[in-house]
Amino acid sequence: MNLLEQKFTPETWPEHPETYTQEGKNKFIGFWLFLAGETVLFASLFATYLALKDSVPNSDHALAADIYSLELVFIMTAILLTSSLTSVYAIYHMRNYNFKQMQLWFFITVLLGLSFLALEIYEFTHYVYEYSFTFGSSAFSSAYYTLVGTHGAHVCFGLGWITALIIRNQKRGLNLYNAPKYYVASLYWHFIDLVWVFIFSVVYLMGMLG
Amino acid sequence: MSTIAVRKSFLSTVWEYLTTVDHKKIAHLYLGAGGFFFLLGGLEALFIRIQLMKPQNNFVNEQLFNELMTMHGTTMIFLAAMPLLFAYMNAVVPLQIGARDVAFPFLNALGFWLFFWGGIFLNLSWFLGGAPDAGWTSYASLSLASEGHGIDFYTLGIQISGFGTLMSGINFLATIITMRAPGMSFMRMPLFTWTTFIASSLILMAFPPLTISVFYLIFDRLFNSAIFDVTLGGNTIIWEHFFWIFGHPEVYILILPAFGIFSEIIPTFSRKRLFGYSSMVFATILIGFLGFMVWAHHMFTTGLGNVANAIFAVATMAIAVPTGIKIFNWLLTMWGGSIKITVPMIWALGFIPSFVMGGVTGVMQGIAPLDYQLHDTYFIVAHFHYVIIGGVVFAIFAAAHFYWPKMFGKMLSEKLGYVTFAFFFVGFHMTFFVQHFLGLMGMPRRVATFLPGQGLDLYNFISSLGAILMTIGVIVLLVNIVITSMSKQQVANDPWGDGRTIEWALPSPPPYYNFKQLPLVRGQDTWWLEKMEGNKELPPAEPLQDIHMPKGSILPFFIALGLFIAGFGAMYNPLNQVGDGHPMGTVVLIFGLAMTFGTMLLRSLRDDLGYYIPKEELEDDDAKGGKVS
Repeated sequence: MNLLEQKFTPETWPEHPETYTQEGKNKFIGFWLFLAGETVLFASLFATYLALKDSVPNSDHALAADIYSLELVFIMTAILLTSSLTSVYAIYHMRNYNFKQMQLWFFITVLLGLSFLALEIYEFTHYVYEYSFTFGSSAFSSAYYTLVGTHGAHVCFGLGWITALIIRNQKRGLNLYNAPKYYVASLYWHFIDLVWVFIFSVVYLMGMLG
Repeated sequence: MSTIAVRKSFLSTVWEYLTTVDHKKIAHLYLGAGGFFFLLGGLEALFIRIQLMKPQNNFVNEQLFNELMTMHGTTMIFLAAMPLLFAYMNAVVPLQIGARDVAFPFLNALGFWLFFWGGIFLNLSWFLGGAPDAGWTSYASLSLASEGHGIDFYTLGIQISGFGTLMSGINFLATIITMRAPGMSFMRMPLFTWTTFIASSLILMAFPPLTISVFYLIFDRLFNSAIFDVTLGGNTIIWEHFFWIFGHPEVYILILPAFGIFSEIIPTFSRKRLFGYSSMVFATILIGFLGFMVWAHHMFTTGLGNVANAIFAVATMAIAVPTGIKIFNWLLTMWGGSIKITVPMIWALGFIPSFVMGGVTGVMQGIAPLDYQLHDTYFIVAHFHYVIIGGVVFAIFAAAHFYWPKMFGKMLSEKLGYVTFAFFFVGFHMTFFVQHFLGLMGMPRRVATFLPGQGLDLYNFISSLGAILMTIGVIVLLVNIVITSMSKQQVANDPWGDGRTIEWALPSPPPYYNFKQLPLVRGQDTWWLEKMEGNKELPPAEPLQDIHMPKGSILPFFIALGLFIAGFGAMYNPLNQVGDGHPMGTVVLIFGLAMTFGTMLLRSLRDDLGYYIPKEELEDDDAKGGKVS
């Protein structure tokens, strides 16, 4: 009788399981609203970064064009964009009630996210040790690390979230209780990806070329 | 879950409130905690006025004065006005739209506990080395130089309670979008629901900039970053921009629900439909939109240049148009109505002229050249107290009397209500009217004292006397609440007799599931409509069936507590600017965050499917008169 725990087959599975129940609908709307707030949050970070770009105490301090390496950032971008695609596959399989495939593609998404994170950690340590570009060395570095670091923290949280979903539901499969959860996690992942596209353009491309 | 009403022990009541996810109980929590902070902020205001009662007074020293005025502003805005409005939103909005609860009951509880722990954190500064002392705006140029941990209590406390506010905002938005009863279209929603909706969207857009700028200040003071450090290339104006991009919408976050409350009270006691409903909705949306376009009018003297000042001046004055629409709509609602004077109505009648005065001085300050004269004087203090007390606090008091029977099943005493109004209204105008002239004479705000013989003595004395009258008014209200709580009365569904919206069709207080059957909404002023057709209750939109309810949980309490603990860790981490850091600080920070995220994980891993109230039990309640505690 509890709709949330009912077992389905691919035939009876609703077309949009994420918004089939009232709880799902609430989550869907609520999460989009949350993302609106997150957009303003990142907009504030971007604005500060642009205001403080290359704002350093003295001429010895590294500037944007000195430190960024487009090769590394290109690889990171490719990885993260691909992870967005794999999460789309996962949701595609969720809609078709193909639980195993969905889990697999979410797992691949997590792996890609992890490799992105590893590269970002490498990038940060590289800046710190090669260029003494630390969190507190200038207003520019503070703004940079806060912006890119906040994005990194979001990636971290997203990885933990999706991993928890994968492990928690491994045994019981899809139902109308966890489908909205997977769905909003994938929305979150897309959002992180979108923010990265802006970081790539505004921070790195404009940093090197602008 | 049992619905049997038994005498509960004190501890089980405490446990019930700690774990509740019921919007009506959360409303009680907001009312209690917000009321407590309101008294605290009021006490601070009283001390300020005692200090300024006579020239060169030494009731408090300069440092303590700075702390008092900072904490007064911060407490009143973040910990009193907003939570008290949240109390009424929680109590009323789900009922007004015909919903059984908000969209995210768990999040609702979490929002409260974050606000609560954030408020406690901020106020612990009094006992742990001194309160923040850089004003409620905490401009970075000033706050970075502040000694001790006062500012850190401010930033971390605001951050924690700000998360809670953001969550509540999202929650109300989602609730109003998805949970409206059949027939309750957007253009049939009561005005209080509409203003809650718009205020919530302002919260959603305005709080993230605050979050970011507060993070910058936390990082600069505690983790060695340099966003505002001019010697390392930083810029303190960034703080001013972000603070006011948040701060100006914030005043509309406060005033719009207040407008909503008066838009409920005035038609109720004029026994006449709200005049110009759709223009009211339109004006609300327009005020919300324009609210984001005017932040730099707080910064006319910062030096942004004439073009920027001119643009923001024009935008500022434009806000007077939708606000004026509202004022005239209220007047025209009363025009030709059959007006009944009650305590809520008398507050509404006091509100209109008081708020208009605040609005007029607001437009005066919008004139940028004039603002160079008025900036940082008591004229500003007079202006924003006229809009915030004359608008928001009057609304909070009006709503306390208006909704008390719906929230607690008892009527506050009318007589004492009038006494409160008389003292508070007279005291309010006494305190702040003369401050206009003090400001025009050049008395600067936020200064601990003034010299004798400058023509400031008398007005300051009058102002302080007014503050005492306001205090008496509040004390009378407290007495009223105590007396009422001890009385054994039990009011009916519609104790005012003229209720117009859905909440008045329900028992006072409503059963925990609100509606046995979700109501069918056949028009605006839903309950009035049914009453006029002779119906005793709202028509149901669904057959009597099992009701799905969310389960209570203690987890929100611990998620919020984790951030409270992490706050202390961050404050005393080894990198902090004050230099009293300890490696244990980092450990505590990690422990606190682990507690928060661990509890969130626990919440995520454990299924929360809620529970069902069986149909039979509902029918049983019916037989007992529908009264369930």
